[in-house]
Amino acid sequence: LPRPPPAATGSGPVGPCGRRAYAPPAERKRFYQNVSISQGEGGFEINLDHRKLKTPQAKLFTVPSEALAIAVATEWDSQKDTIKFYTMHLTTLCNTALDNPTQRNKTQLIRAAVKFLETDTVCYRVEEPPALAELQKNEWDPVVAWVERRYNVTIGSSTSILGPNIPASTKETFVSHLASYNMWALQGIEFVITQLKSLILSMSLIDRHITVEKAVLLSRLEEEYQIRRWGNVEWAHDYDLCELRARTAAGTLFVHLCSESSTVKHKLLQD
Amino acid sequence: MAALGAPLRTLRALLRELRHAAGRSYRDSPAYRHVVAAFRAHRVTSEKLCRAQQELHFQAATYLCLLRSVREHEALHREYHGKGERSPQEVAGLVGFSLPQQPGGKG
Repeated sequence: LPRPPPAATGSGPVGPCGRRAYAPPAERKRFYQNVSISQGEGGFEINLDHRKLKTPQAKLFTVPSEALAIAVATEWDSQKDTIKFYTMHLTTLCNTALDNPTQRNKTQLIRAAVKFLETDTVCYRVEEPPALAELQKNEWDPVVAWVERRYNVTIGSSTSILGPNIPASTKETFVSHLASYNMWALQGIEFVITQLKSLILSMSLIDRHITVEKAVLLSRLEEEYQIRRWGNVEWAHDYDLCELRARTAAGTLFVHLCSESSTVKHKLLQD
Repeated sequence: MAALGAPLRTLRALLRELRHAAGRSYRDSPAYRHVVAAFRAHRVTSEKLCRAQQELHFQAATYLCLLRSVREHEALHREYHGKGERSPQEVAGLVGFSLPQQPGGKG
């Protein structure tokens, strides 16, 4: 069966051998030839040869959007000799949405997302070195201002260790905005926020105000500053950069594909 | 809207990434067909400021970023983190030794 061995699907957070129960093995040999998509009752399914893909908790893998299913199938099909699960970010996001291993409901997810605002990266400013403080002001201020205008809220920034003082009305605005997203999209949003360490950057990204590359750059602004000063270490800096880009891009794409309310209407029947 | 550049450039880069990912039969892959069909469908409104077209372009750029970053990350992983431990033979070879051949096994 195309799912991890039983040891990885325990009921509690820690399995019998001390491993996290929800963590599948990092790599596995590719055991299928063809990947295809089919439409079932609950949505679109992925077929590996004749077998249907299942989640780590053995549920049938179904996604609501055809484009998302195609992207997941592409992930599976682009695996060569070994299946590298850690590169299959869309599959992982779908598994999380289907299994909900942290067992959070919509309210809890929204609360976790908005809580990030209190420790939002772009709100925490340094006072020295002055070059970095200047860089933060020039790069982050416009994004904060955009979000403040777009959502009609006050956020501000702070150099104190306690961070900015976010008014309750601001939090409420974001709570009610996020409530308009469905559960799947919310999993994606919370994922992006956790990766970028910023609600503000995540909302800018999801609202298509900035690209993934720009959002990642802004999230890593201090690192980029240090790299420019002290040099780049490919096996660490670029490695982290690519991984963060991949995860953020996956999360953003996931959110957009899960929250599309309208489909592309083909005026001409093409085949 | 984010600064994305020309849609054609994004499309070409995206199709190139799909070719890297899929191999020889990339033109038959569902992803290739879906992307090409989606871009064709929105070509009709290329002159006007079309919101759906911009959304598609953003989605394409995001997917391009995903495919590219995954490929680069994997390459870096293979280069720096994937080698694992050396075998005893390799370690011996580093200092110019070779392990003895023991037909009956050790001990």
